Amino acid sequence: MTADSRFLTSSPWYELFSRGSRDWLRHNEKVREAVHGQIMDLLSGDDVMTAGGDRVVRVPVRMLEHARFRLADARSQTGAGQGEAQAGDELRPAQAGDDAQGDEGEGGRGDGGFRLLLEFKVDDIVDWLIEEFELPDLKPAPSTTVEDDTIVREGTGRRGIRARLDRRRTVKEAVKRRAVQAEPKPFVDDDLRFHQLRTRPRIASDALVVFALDVSASMSAAERKLAKTFFFFALAGLRRRYRRIEVRFVAHTTEAWEFAEPQFFEVSGSGGTEASCAFRLAARLIDEHPGGPPANSYLFYASDGENAVEDREPALAALAGLAGRLNHFGYLETRPASTRFGQTQMRLIVADLKARGAPVDEDVVTELKDVWRAIRHFFVREAEGAR
Amino acid sequence: MNDLRDYAARLEALARTLGFTHHPVEFELVPDRFMMETAVYGLPVRMPHWSFGVRYIRELVQRQMGLSRIFEVMFPGDPCHAYLVDANSLAENVLVVAHVLGHADFASRNALFVRSMAMAGGHILEQAAARANRIEQALAVHGQARVEAVLDAALALEAHVDLQRELHRKPYGPPAAEAPARDDPFLERWRSLPGEAAAAAGERTGRPPLPPRPETDLLWFVAQHAPDLDGWERDIFLAVREESFYFHPVFACQIMNEGWASYWHARLLREADFLPNDLYLAAIKAHSDVVRPHAAGRTLALSVNPYHLGFSMWERVVAAQGLEAARRIVAEEDDFGFVRNHLDATLAEELDLFVYEASDDGRIRVVSRDIADVREAILGPRFNFGAPRVAASAVANDGALTLVHDHAGDGRGLDLDRAKRVLDYVVRVWRRPVALHTVDARGQPERLTVAPA
Repeated sequence: MTADSRFLTSSPWYELFSRGSRDWLRHNEKVREAVHGQIMDLLSGDDVMTAGGDRVVRVPVRMLEHARFRLADARSQTGAGQGEAQAGDELRPAQAGDDAQGDEGEGGRGDGGFRLLLEFKVDDIVDWLIEEFELPDLKPAPSTTVEDDTIVREGTGRRGIRARLDRRRTVKEAVKRRAVQAEPKPFVDDDLRFHQLRTRPRIASDALVVFALDVSASMSAAERKLAKTFFFFALAGLRRRYRRIEVRFVAHTTEAWEFAEPQFFEVSGSGGTEASCAFRLAARLIDEHPGGPPANSYLFYASDGENAVEDREPALAALAGLAGRLNHFGYLETRPASTRFGQTQMRLIVADLKARGAPVDEDVVTELKDVWRAIRHFFVREAEGAR
Repeated sequence: MNDLRDYAARLEALARTLGFTHHPVEFELVPDRFMMETAVYGLPVRMPHWSFGVRYIRELVQRQMGLSRIFEVMFPGDPCHAYLVDANSLAENVLVVAHVLGHADFASRNALFVRSMAMAGGHILEQAAARANRIEQALAVHGQARVEAVLDAALALEAHVDLQRELHRKPYGPPAAEAPARDDPFLERWRSLPGEAAAAAGERTGRPPLPPRPETDLLWFVAQHAPDLDGWERDIFLAVREESFYFHPVFACQIMNEGWASYWHARLLREADFLPNDLYLAAIKAHSDVVRPHAAGRTLALSVNPYHLGFSMWERVVAAQGLEAARRIVAEEDDFGFVRNHLDATLAEELDLFVYEASDDGRIRVVSRDIADVREAILGPRFNFGAPRVAASAVANDGALTLVHDHAGDGRGLDLDRAKRVLDYVVRVWRRPVALHTVDARGQPERLTVAPA
């Protein structure tokens, strides 16, 4: 008991190791797994669609809590404090709102408001979905149109520029030569080998996707969100099929306008609904596409199904004209649950088109769950169409 | 560094003359980051688990916001180990050395610490490292998912140990009924009464109930009686249990222990005439930054700083009853006895202690300054290792486990959402249905059940 205390020399590797970070990374992995299930709610940023597959979505998440047995929260919590205060003093008045639990209080609930921002690749999210909902994976679409030539590396030769020197082959040649020579030099010009280039024709895999949205007064924010979610995943699926995708956004009331994505979901118009104008604008976008009409084009249209009765014929005509040029026309009807089985003007138009054998699909969605069905429907159809 | 060694040696010599009985301490100057991790994990080397990662990042954020700073981490044992931050000033580290010596003295006297060390030995850190190592091996053999499932359950039940039992607890003995009959003339006569022999024999059929009485040592119970537990899984449960036993004295004596160390660092520095004046001044300034009732610039805090409370109480006790009496209290009490017996109304009044109530609407009101209320408000969260009282009450013939929460004793039911999640953890190692009885918010009986996947 009387031995003396002493100082140990500290190990220099302490700086190098961090089990805290290791466990933190593991936690983040678990969060990713947990978030997995709730992706639908996360994709509410304003430019998730146009930004492409490399894009990341930033998702604020709560930190996971390792659960323990704990007593239920009492209606009020007591604690001991220290300072000049008399019984009956009010230290903080009641606060408006129900999330007023202070972070100063002893019994502050939860994690004291720590949030973390996780980044998810849009591509990864789509991967999850494909797994989760057993969606068919969309393969790049074959096409017969030759688009342009591309330059690829192919073979080696004795001539070329320094930048394309094939070091491995060059050394091999030098070794072979040295093996047979009496007093070899390390390298001579004859050893040098260069990568050669060839031009190859490449097959086009481009597509134009037009999203059209009814923005008349009858479309509420909830309905737009359904439409947006559907658009997002349909696009994400198409991105897998085509190397290059161009996206256009069209909004309409009785007139149609083209928008950039951030504004697209924000605009709202007033007045009636005449879908024909949107279809005509879509046709123009396809026809006037720089470099000629694209090899593949898609039109998705979301609306609450209302359409002016007198617009029926023009809309049908516009769509029928478009149908020949489209790979697919997807119609998404966003409706409140109460009227989901009612027949609407747009459904009649679509049914008519279908009867004529046009590549048309329709889905009625009233909540996010339905969007899954619609997405699945679309994916399956696309996968079959590719065969 | 040499100055620090020199001062430490002289402080220790001074401490010995003042009657310290501590085991030698091995000090180590470590980087700030290592220190923080040690504080988060509770041990310098410990099993990996994602929940530590959460605590770690929270601590990191708080530290970067300047809200928390760690001066020392100390592990009692023989020898004790103490970590000091290499970036702290000499004055701060001199103060910390004196503080650590105070902790070491406390650990050598207090009955809980002495018992813990008698059961576990003096080489806790080495054993903890060996346990962590075994878990790493399990990770390599059985994969992350399986090891994590076991750790999820074991660490969730961390506080559910029966501290009255031994660290290396024996299995349940044979049923007590089979104890040999004594030579009691009354019992002899009783047994010879007609019909009595048959009844006694009839009772013994079937297996004895498991557990024989409600079992609060859940970690031990799962380790011993889970129907299909592998050896390595049992190891993990027992490893977590061992660490809980080690952490318990620190938890149960926080106010006394921090107070005692603070009392002694102040006194050692005061009596250390070999310290230069400016160093003493800087050190005592660091002391007053730590040992104070509320944050700088505030006059009120909704928590009680254990350093300050313990320090004030020990000053009072030593002044009133002398050092010998204080050392007897160190030996015999834990925080419950200490606060209930030695925090009196005058001191509480002097320290401005109060009880507040925070209601759901965010209102915080001071409800009492009564000494009995103050004591209970301080001690409430420390009761039963800070956890609700949950006991294993029965294992059915099919292996289904029933847990019972003592809601009457705890005053209300469990947080059902969390309880459900704990059951989800547990069922993955118990591998048979698990049920839990408690009450809901309205006091109605509530039975949570989970079945293995």
